[in-house]
Amino acid sequence: MSGSILFAAIVFLTGAIICVPIAKKFGLSSVLGYLLAGILIGPYIMGFVGDEGQDILHFAEFGVVMMLFLIGLEIEPKSFWQMRKTIIGMGGAQVLGTMIVSFLLFNMIGFDWKVSLIISMAVSLSSTAITLQTIKENGLMNTTYGASSFSILLFQDIIVILMLAVIPLLTDSEKTAIADDHSDHIYLLENLPLGFQALAIFLSVVTVVLAGRYFFVPMLRLVAKTRLRELLSASALLIVIALAYLMELVGLSPALGAFLGGVVLATSEFKHELESNLEPFKGLLLGLFFMAVGASINFIVIGDNPLMISGLVVAVIVLKALILFLVGAIFKLKADQRLLLTIGLAQIGEFAFVLLSFAYQLNILDRVELDMMLVVTALTMTLTPILGIINERLILPRVGTKKAETRPVDHIAKTHKVILVGFGHFGSTVGRFLRSYGIEATILDNDSNRVDLLRKMGFEVYYGDATRIDLLESAGIAEAKILISAIDNSDNVIHLTKMVKEKYPNVKLMLRAKNRYDAYDLLNMGVEDVYRESLETSVKMASDALNHLGFRKYTIYRQAQKFIQYDEESLRRLANKPKTREEYIFKAKKEMKQQEKQLEEDLNRGIIEFDNHWDSEQMREAHNAPEH
Amino acid sequence: MNRILILFAHPKFEQSRANKALVKMVENKEGVTFHDLYERYPDFNIDITSEKKLLAEHDVIVWHHPFYWYSCPPLMKQWMDVVLEFGWAYGANGKALQSKKCLNVITTGGTRAVYCSEGSNNYSVNEFLRPFEQTARLCNMIYLPPFTVMGTHNMSDQELEDYTLKYEQLIFELQQNLPFDKMKNCEFLNDTPQLNKITSK
Repeated sequence: MSGSILFAAIVFLTGAIICVPIAKKFGLSSVLGYLLAGILIGPYIMGFVGDEGQDILHFAEFGVVMMLFLIGLEIEPKSFWQMRKTIIGMGGAQVLGTMIVSFLLFNMIGFDWKVSLIISMAVSLSSTAITLQTIKENGLMNTTYGASSFSILLFQDIIVILMLAVIPLLTDSEKTAIADDHSDHIYLLENLPLGFQALAIFLSVVTVVLAGRYFFVPMLRLVAKTRLRELLSASALLIVIALAYLMELVGLSPALGAFLGGVVLATSEFKHELESNLEPFKGLLLGLFFMAVGASINFIVIGDNPLMISGLVVAVIVLKALILFLVGAIFKLKADQRLLLTIGLAQIGEFAFVLLSFAYQLNILDRVELDMMLVVTALTMTLTPILGIINERLILPRVGTKKAETRPVDHIAKTHKVILVGFGHFGSTVGRFLRSYGIEATILDNDSNRVDLLRKMGFEVYYGDATRIDLLESAGIAEAKILISAIDNSDNVIHLTKMVKEKYPNVKLMLRAKNRYDAYDLLNMGVEDVYRESLETSVKMASDALNHLGFRKYTIYRQAQKFIQYDEESLRRLANKPKTREEYIFKAKKEMKQQEKQLEEDLNRGIIEFDNHWDSEQMREAHNAPEH
Repeated sequence: MNRILILFAHPKFEQSRANKALVKMVENKEGVTFHDLYERYPDFNIDITSEKKLLAEHDVIVWHHPFYWYSCPPLMKQWMDVVLEFGWAYGANGKALQSKKCLNVITTGGTRAVYCSEGSNNYSVNEFLRPFEQTARLCNMIYLPPFTVMGTHNMSDQELEDYTLKYEQLIFELQQNLPFDKMKNCEFLNDTPQLNKITSK
């Protein structure tokens, strides 16, 4: 049933579109939806997908690479460095602890020590894809749980390199030739002495850092100048793929390389743009990956040995959970955070597929052991999200501190309370003044030259088109208190307003309007804070003119304030009902006549009448009245 | 010759007959700096540095203002609040204004008769001006009795002209080294013989 790529695409996409919304409807994570879709379309139920499932799995693993790049983007190098203790401490304890216990367990059951060692390696690793996807979906990245999971997963990403290097040593020397079969990775350095390998690995990390700073950013600037959005997407993809390729070349984990690249680019102005460009690719690839995992569950193996398999699945999950719980206790996580961590990382991860297949190719594992462990892996991946939901619904509410802790680990990208869109003459003044109060707004601007220049002056400005909701989302609109629009294109302002009002009604909108008519439109959309760019300035100019004519400044000052107030009130009165521009003009003409009348009256009464607080005329009259 | 700084505060100067006449007489005198606070700071945003510099350059400080609600208009109070800083104007190291002379020049609608314990205002002008007097004292300045132009609600042009001439004479006298000790004893500077010999001609 695997005629063409198009048919396969239809199968996968349909599966996703049917299953994921159902999962979401029941409040389950999308990961479960994808896994379910994979099982359904897989060889044992509907049979749409056959052996090519494994190939798709390898292809879709690239989604994990992208995810780590995106996570890297959220972490500034400085914060990454501060995390080093958590990464090594928690990660090391978890991997080592799990390996020792599972090695003992599998050895006791009767596996050969080499097989036990391989299996214990696989078991010690968790699924980055499932865990981080679930964490992000639930918005828990900023919690201790999120940060701890991330640290452990990062350590696993690093340690897997070592594991892949150690596995060949376990094989009998005459069988090593078979290792060449292993075609997933092209080890460029395979025949080099160990010292050179280490040097090459070090150099490649340096290359990633330097390329990020001195090659990718200038390239992105160049591309941004063309103002073609798809070219930016292309560049983003190119960066991730190039990083992954370089890492594979030297035998490092592509995910790790992508993560490093992300960290290097985290401080660049293209951060948000890269995020919003890669997000859809990452989402699709991860979905594909989860479906492939579901499709790879071999139900025949389960059927052959149901007791053994289910026993192993339970044993693995309990064992991993136990170690995680202990690690959480050692690192003093609060009860609720520890429970989340315990269940969140209790599955065997996607690296197991690589490790186990590699060991099989080296003849350390036999076919039965491989199949069995692959099924166990896929099943734990499917079960832990379900356990997570049980935990979340039934256990956590009883544990107490349910609410997410704010800002526990310092690596989380800082979110500002204010988003400032447009940093031209108008917006920059707004931004500078806010800054004088210590409020650093997240600034979005779509002129890359200006972005570049302002960044040099120390502003935090990001490049991007703010009428895209995804960009606003990566700029953190979900947490923003205020969104200030200082752009002058009225269509874009209206578009932006509609979008934000619909999706984030709690964000306060403050909008610059070109003129009266734009202001009417915005007021009628329900925005209260509309600022006509010319009002204050023109009144100020007229005030100064009056002063040059010899009128007193303070009197003019008060009159100007009244005038502005009067004008704002009339604007709001006028904006109310009419829907078309013609009606506005008609009504405005009427209003203008009124205003003319008003002004005439003012003139007749004399300007002073506006402000009679210090007028002693009345007092004088009263004083001169007969009774005094 | 003493250098004189007139700090003038009137929110509606263009409407004040008495003050227009008084100011016109003194604003362009040599050795006198006429400083129109409401014209300079319509937004109440007082430039403290330049105000301090101005004070340092003068020997006699005149607070010239209408008597609103028994006090000065708000901008002059604002001026006192922000310019007379601790450690500069007062306090252990606040010696910037030491030994300068200081007085109020005020205009009131009501006559002198209503400003006493028997009058409708119950207290004398000198009593109402206590905050100014004490402010000057805290800044180690010599506070002189006020020069008052009272009863402006019902003042003839002739009377007003007399007052402007007296004001001119006051400025002249302040520029000389007067027997300030003796002047301190009278209620208003208007009453001193130096001012009356001129206008009583």
